[in-house]
Amino acid sequence: MSGKIILEGKDLVKSFGGRHAVDHVDFHLNDGEILGLIGPNGAGKTTLFNLISGALTIDSGLITLFGQKISGKKPYTICRMGIARTFQAAKNFPGMSVYENLLISAQFGQKNVGASAAKTITDEIIEFTALESFIGKNIKDMPLAGQKRLEVARALATKPKILLIDEVMAGLNPSEVDEAIGLVRKINDSGITVIMIEHVMKAIMSVCGRIMVLHHGQNLAEGTPEEVSSNAGVIEVYLGG
Amino acid sequence: MSSYTIILFSSIIMYIILALSWNMFSAPTGYISLATAAFFGAGIYTTAFLGELLPLPLLMLAGGIISCMLAVIVGAVTLRLRGVYFTIFTFGLVELLRSLVLWAEIKFTHVRGRFVVSADHMTVFWCMAVLLILLIAAIVLIRRSRLGKSLEAIGESEDAAAHIGVNTTAVKVAMFAISAFAVGAAGAAMATRWSYVDPGIAFNSMYSFMPVLMAIFGGTRSTVGPIAGAIVFAYLEETLITKFPSLYMIIFGLIMVGAILFLPNGIIGLIKPPVMKLIAKLPKRRVRQ
Ligand SMILES: Nc1ncnc2c1ncn2[C@@H]1O[C@H](COP(=O)(O)OP(=O)(O)O)[C@@H](O)[C@H]1O
Ligand SMILES: [Mg+2]
Repeated sequence: MSGKIILEGKDLVKSFGGRHAVDHVDFHLNDGEILGLIGPNGAGKTTLFNLISGALTIDSGLITLFGQKISGKKPYTICRMGIARTFQAAKNFPGMSVYENLLISAQFGQKNVGASAAKTITDEIIEFTALESFIGKNIKDMPLAGQKRLEVARALATKPKILLIDEVMAGLNPSEVDEAIGLVRKINDSGITVIMIEHVMKAIMSVCGRIMVLHHGQNLAEGTPEEVSSNAGVIEVYLGG
Repeated sequence: MSSYTIILFSSIIMYIILALSWNMFSAPTGYISLATAAFFGAGIYTTAFLGELLPLPLLMLAGGIISCMLAVIVGAVTLRLRGVYFTIFTFGLVELLRSLVLWAEIKFTHVRGRFVVSADHMTVFWCMAVLLILLIAAIVLIRRSRLGKSLEAIGESEDAAAHIGVNTTAVKVAMFAISAFAVGAAGAAMATRWSYVDPGIAFNSMYSFMPVLMAIFGGTRSTVGPIAGAIVFAYLEETLITKFPSLYMIIFGLIMVGAILFLPNGIIGLIKPPVMKLIAKLPKRRVRQ
């Protein structure tokens, strides 16, 4: 399951004012795995995604994708190099239909995608994420679970090698969580490597091969779900609440 | 046609060009630009300096290119700013250019202001008409292009656009520059209307505000809206200035406030619903809405 390292961050630092949101964090991602990223609110998980995807610039450190430096690059470049992301609060294009949301991602997500290729990708992603019943709908008329699925679908339409998923299960009911877990597995089975931030423990424990725990912007623990859930430090700050 | 009518038509076309140019960038992106007067003034000063060397169409081309380059420089710096900061900066740009041109003019030519070659009213009218047709064609083509789609995405959610592979800075600067080209070309042609210009006349912030008012009054969501708004306001300006010179700005302001309060989609929004019903009966081409 775990292949060679495809994405790596070394000694990453990001501060806002005096506050270290990400404080000398190291991480790596193996080809083909699902890496879980957990930690209390404010631990710096989303900030780490923002650094990887180029939404924020790092203060110091280095991020490499397939051995190539990506820290310092713009979000659109990083996207085209193969890293897609979702936002914790879904950022779909509210004035466009579901179909157009996906079409535009397909058009811009990779270099040189023609109009007909973009349509093919769009149809494929609609089927893959089971969004058929929403195709012509306005975003605001969709239920939360549908909006979150579209958020994932928009990222998939850029044809990534790595997908960063930020709390896509927050606010879903148990059966919707099960569907979302199924979708994450299906994405991974299709060959996409995943980093997933999630508070729903059931999802993390059942889906992730490896888990990394952040606390106050620092690496707290890392290992298999069993290792992490029996780690004394983790139980104290997080699982034990 | 009398020469009065031709001049009035040229001036209406000028306002249509300014309103459409403003609308083609600011409406989809939501970045409210007040830089129109800066680009218009750059066009005017192009003719003021080169008027005797080049025929009118080439002056327009030169004015367009100079405004375009100005927009690329300004856009690269300011389009990182969002919301009201961008608006304030573009407004400051008009003041900045006015002072800069004034300083340079006095320093290098030792006079303030210059005489502008005059052009035949009919020539100006035809040049402006051709520019308008080219601009409308560009607007229609761009709206359907990748550039148009990415502008729309930026207006809807700039962060989301950046993370699906849209080079947001390049897209915004490109569109800002294209819209500045038309404004600069219009300025270069209309400069011949004044026999004398100085930086105060050329860089007049009225030319920043009027296009915004016209587009909002007419409706920013379509191409017809700014055209309708520009025609109404240009005609109003003409009649109000001659009939009620002292009340002109007050009446203008009242109409504007009324339009914002009662016509959120502009005057086109009033006419559109019945027309849209007709269009809805035609076969559909787009999945939109
Ligand atoms: N853009 C920002 N500006 C200022 N502070 C921020 C910004 N983004 C995150 N923070 C701060 O950084 C810390 C980590 O936030 P975040 O990465 O969102 O945590 P998590 O996703 O783990 O809940 C928090 O204290 C948060 O307030
Ligand atoms: Mg978060």
